[in-house]
Amino acid sequence: MSDRQSAAKARVLGDRNRTLWFWIFVGPFLLGLGVFTYIPLGWSVYLSFFDAHNTVTPSDFVGLGNYTAMLGNEAFTDSLWTFLVFSLFIVPATYALSLALALMVNRQRRAQAFFRSVFFLPAACSYVVAALIWKMSLFNGVRFGLANTVLGWFGADQIAWLSTTDPPWYWAVIVTVRLWLQAGFYMILFLAGLQRISPTLYEAAAVDGARPGWQVFRHITFPQLRATSVAVVLLLVINAFQAFDEFYNLLSDARGYPPYARPPLVYLYYTALGQGQNLGLGSAGAVLLALIIAVVTVGQAKWFGLGRKEAE
Amino acid sequence: MTISRRGLLGTGAALGLLTACGSNTGRDDGSSGGAVKLSQWYHQYGEQGTEQAVKRYAAAYDKARVTVQWRPGNYDEQTAAALLTDSGPDVFEVNGPSLDQIRGKQVADLTDLFDGVRDDFNPAVLAPKTYDGRIWGIPQVIDMQMLYYRKSLLDDAGVTPPKTLDELVDAAKKLTTKKAKGLFLGNDGGAGVLGGTPLYAAGLELVTADGKVGFDDPAAARTLGKIHQLYADKSLLLGAPADWADPSAFVQGLTAMQWCGLWALPAVQQALGDDFGVLPFPKDGAGAPAVPVGAYGAAVSTRSKHQQAGKDYLKWLWIEQTQYQEDFALAYGFHIPARISLAKKAGKLKKGAAADAVRFTTEHGHAQPLTWTPASQTVYQDALSRIIKDGANPDSELRKVVRKVSAELDGVKKK
Repeated sequence: MSDRQSAAKARVLGDRNRTLWFWIFVGPFLLGLGVFTYIPLGWSVYLSFFDAHNTVTPSDFVGLGNYTAMLGNEAFTDSLWTFLVFSLFIVPATYALSLALALMVNRQRRAQAFFRSVFFLPAACSYVVAALIWKMSLFNGVRFGLANTVLGWFGADQIAWLSTTDPPWYWAVIVTVRLWLQAGFYMILFLAGLQRISPTLYEAAAVDGARPGWQVFRHITFPQLRATSVAVVLLLVINAFQAFDEFYNLLSDARGYPPYARPPLVYLYYTALGQGQNLGLGSAGAVLLALIIAVVTVGQAKWFGLGRKEAE
Repeated sequence: MTISRRGLLGTGAALGLLTACGSNTGRDDGSSGGAVKLSQWYHQYGEQGTEQAVKRYAAAYDKARVTVQWRPGNYDEQTAAALLTDSGPDVFEVNGPSLDQIRGKQVADLTDLFDGVRDDFNPAVLAPKTYDGRIWGIPQVIDMQMLYYRKSLLDDAGVTPPKTLDELVDAAKKLTTKKAKGLFLGNDGGAGVLGGTPLYAAGLELVTADGKVGFDDPAAARTLGKIHQLYADKSLLLGAPADWADPSAFVQGLTAMQWCGLWALPAVQQALGDDFGVLPFPKDGAGAPAVPVGAYGAAVSTRSKHQQAGKDYLKWLWIEQTQYQEDFALAYGFHIPARISLAKKAGKLKKGAAADAVRFTTEHGHAQPLTWTPASQTVYQDALSRIIKDGANPDSELRKVVRKVSAELDGVKKK
């Protein structure tokens, strides 16, 4: 009986078979990762050294030509500035808003679950849908758009939110849609962080005479949220780099994209996949963008100490 | 590596790009039965009945089994991606074909199909399908754009239909009220839809016959500056729920004048009856009025296993079957047949605004030249947007454009 059992065990977990099982479980995942991530990645690097118009199997080697063209291209460098300005605003704004929401919801004694859900719900909405609602009904340029109706109550002229460059009202639309979509999600992360702070710390602070409110927040809550904050900021920066959906859906039309508020991914989309189909140039831009993201993320992680323990 | 290139593309295309159609590309080897099977792609037309019509034409062809795919969404991007693979269409409608597609040998030479009928095709739209003296696409129908104006609103404001660009600027300003704007050139202020039209109206062109930049001239800056004037006067409707291609803003009274396509004529007529008129883009300075014209072309993919069968089919549909061409042009949306003989015959095009549109097309029509590449278009459109909205100096903006477009045209000539 026991002999047979151990024999069966050996059959399943035998050394050779263990290798087999490893590949059965890991193989499909690795295959997917290879086919959909690493091969396209390598291919894109390969394409970036060729003149690849309308082809993914180019033969016209141009060396670093695409890279110099991209770096010398005003539109591309402009798009990097656009991104920089955008993230310099959206990262702190989302951070502050979601932290404020979390603090408020955390203090709430009654109906906490209700408020938590209400603020989190927008996170379940797609960027495309939200962008279309913002564009077509909230911030359209005619008198019956919601924003213009409100302005109309005060006798102000209607504003073409997405078409006015001076002042750049389109930023108001882009930023509010992203805030609405994201704040709830990061609020949940902060709530989790807040609930991990030991109540004894607050009790000790009270005994030591710390005034509730700003002083407690400044010396207890905020330092205790360090690990959460680092993760949130990192995620926000990466998200900002990936900005595409709301920009594309808010500002593009059948004839293309205006020359303002054009983040790098939107610009590359038009270069590589629009009518131009210049896959070499687009790939060079994508590689440059990937390098920038990598440098920024690694630098940021080092600087803030991602993964260090809370309040170390 | 060669094996995985195809495999990779095939998988990517089947799973990602082409999910809309699954793996049914309407094609197989054609060896199973007697008849050859062809797959034909169209972009999605907004007008009711068009899809049924093209399927009816395809079903009537007896030399091959043609499967029609009606493709919503970003059609240009879809076809561009599909033409890189073996699962693309055999024959397809294309907003071109573009210079890169012709040079990249992605589309077949169709010159032979035009034997004896070449002169019957409208030369303005045939020219952009021609490269090196060969024809690479059959123009299906002509689309054009023009200025729609509301007669009653102009009368109330004491404005006559503008004959010059300056008059247009004045009229738009006078027609702007608290509730409605004077003119709608698209939500981007006109940079996208106008393109080279103002330049043509100023007596210039995008690319000259000998392949040089056609707007290296002070008149260009003067004309484009006047479009900024429209924006600065706040006479332009911006941020309308439906963009310029849709006549809704005009019909709903959000604007007194709108730049729109001929396709909108039936809808405008139905909503406003006689209370509207049409104009070409008014002339400026020494120029002449201008309207942009263009045509979707029917092309054969060189990746097709049945190139000859595809050519035969296109010849049958877009050259021989004149009754289908007329039906396609006029029974659903509203277009001008690409064949001069058909355009002359069509009763619907003989009176009212439609007759005006036909006249504008023949007298003032300008098609975008083939050598005006997407890169040139982007540079120009970006500059135009900055001129219109930011009030950027037209002279310096255009100087930058001229420099870049010259380089682009030199590149075109070199190859």
